[in-house]
Amino acid sequence: MKKKVRIIPGFGLSMGVTLALLSLIVLIPLASLVVFTAKMSPSEIWEVITRKRVLASFEVSVLTAFIASAVNAVMGVILAWVLVRYDFPFKRLLDGMIELPFALPTAVAGISLTSLYADTGLMGRLFSKFGIKVAYTRLGIIVALIFIGIPFVVRSVQPVLEKLDPLYEEAAGMLGASRTRIFWKVILPELRPAIFTGFGLAFGRCLGEYGSVVFIAGNHPYETEITPLIIMSELQEYDYSSATAIALVMLAAAFLILFLVNLIQIHNSRILKGGH
Amino acid sequence: MAKKDAQVSSREGTISIHEETRGARAVKYLLIGVSVLFLFVMLVLPLVTVIIESFKKGFGQYLNAVTDADTISATLLTLEATVIAVAINTVFGLFAAWAVTKFHFKGKKVLVTLIDLPVTVSPIIAGLIYVLTFGRQSAVYPFLSAHHLEVVYAVPGIILATVFVTFPFISREILPVLEAQGTDEEEAAAMMGASGLTIFRRITLPHIKWALLYGIVLCAARAMGEFGAVSVLSGHLRGKTVTLPLQVEILFGDNKFMQAFAVSSILVVLAVVILIIRSIVEYVGKEK
Repeated sequence: MKKKVRIIPGFGLSMGVTLALLSLIVLIPLASLVVFTAKMSPSEIWEVITRKRVLASFEVSVLTAFIASAVNAVMGVILAWVLVRYDFPFKRLLDGMIELPFALPTAVAGISLTSLYADTGLMGRLFSKFGIKVAYTRLGIIVALIFIGIPFVVRSVQPVLEKLDPLYEEAAGMLGASRTRIFWKVILPELRPAIFTGFGLAFGRCLGEYGSVVFIAGNHPYETEITPLIIMSELQEYDYSSATAIALVMLAAAFLILFLVNLIQIHNSRILKGGH
Repeated sequence: MAKKDAQVSSREGTISIHEETRGARAVKYLLIGVSVLFLFVMLVLPLVTVIIESFKKGFGQYLNAVTDADTISATLLTLEATVIAVAINTVFGLFAAWAVTKFHFKGKKVLVTLIDLPVTVSPIIAGLIYVLTFGRQSAVYPFLSAHHLEVVYAVPGIILATVFVTFPFISREILPVLEAQGTDEEEAAAMMGASGLTIFRRITLPHIKWALLYGIVLCAARAMGEFGAVSVLSGHLRGKTVTLPLQVEILFGDNKFMQAFAVSSILVVLAVVILIIRSIVEYVGKEK
């Protein structure tokens, strides 16, 4: 873009307001994290993040977030497929419901899931018949994270599926491919970037999730203690250095996930543009 | 979609794979069944549980719990934080979207990434950065305490945290709409001598009306339900720095389950209202 005279008014004002608010709300507070980190030595940070209890919390957080997002990846594709390809009564209601985890406060979801999956709750009784405890175990964390992550994969796959031309499937069908083969060879490759994007976003969200998990997790050290909870308890003990060190690891993970998701999206849009 | 498939196949006179064979129909009902069951167990049951649990001890007890002094003050604080967050983020969203879509400048991508940053940060970390900025060990703390300004464990902290977690919600909805619309109309109006405000009111606003409304709804939903970040900054002083979600946590922790669910039911009703508004906005927006 060559230097152009700006015809539309308001550049200075809008840019000024944008940068001022961005700095006040986001940049300065984030910078204070950097400033605080700079006061700590690398060995100090390393000592904190390699504590056994902290490492155990990383394992719990990553494992449960991964399983929950994987479940949502599968269910997300099924839900998107059902919502796009089939017609049935109350479809709009089902579609509108998907966003509930965004609208419902996490603490409410947390206590509700806890009472449902406790031994005395409706779902908890069902599972305990098979000798499975859900609430206050890692399984409980996974249930809460599945709830939180439902919208991500559905909403990223849905638009792709809507645009997918059924002619390709018909062509494959006429060439004699079975329905399962068509799904794996024709449909799934088209959806794959959207699935990974949705999975990545859900995974990132689940790693940082706090409200819905703390109630159902039971929060036993080494077993069901998630990383955000450790940061929270360090803060309550005014141990800001430990909290900051652990937060840095979480931030790094979040940015890495965001970076990978962006890579997938750039790659994907290139394919889409190249195809036409 | 299904109708279109049928048309394609009948016109061509070929056997479409979308024609419902018995196997296809079985798969269809199986998938619909799985979807309905999944959403029922994961979404409907938790909602129903809140309502059932809150009326467990009768309507009178429910009313007592909802009209409790702490609950009312929590409701007011939640409303205050939500209104302020929506106001600030609307102003920000409009200016940011205008700056990003109507002008060319260096570092636009960086700016957009920075705006989106708050949603990728865990709520707990959002709380932490404000504690580090305004808390006892920060450089501005002596100044704040000299002027009796409390941020951490006080209402301003709660409001700041709420603004932070909802920061990009409105700009994110407006941006793509303005991007798609381009700048031709605004340029034409500007060349004919219209002022910035007139251009915005007459040309830009009608285009982004629905996106703006949708953004406000999303922002309000998240603002009133924020738990993690607010929890870090609140200090849980009853009647003072407790929002509705924190009130739910306190009651649940005290084993006052019925009361916790009664307070939750307020939030559930708000969530359902928000979903309905969202559906209407989306529907009307699509019609246009």
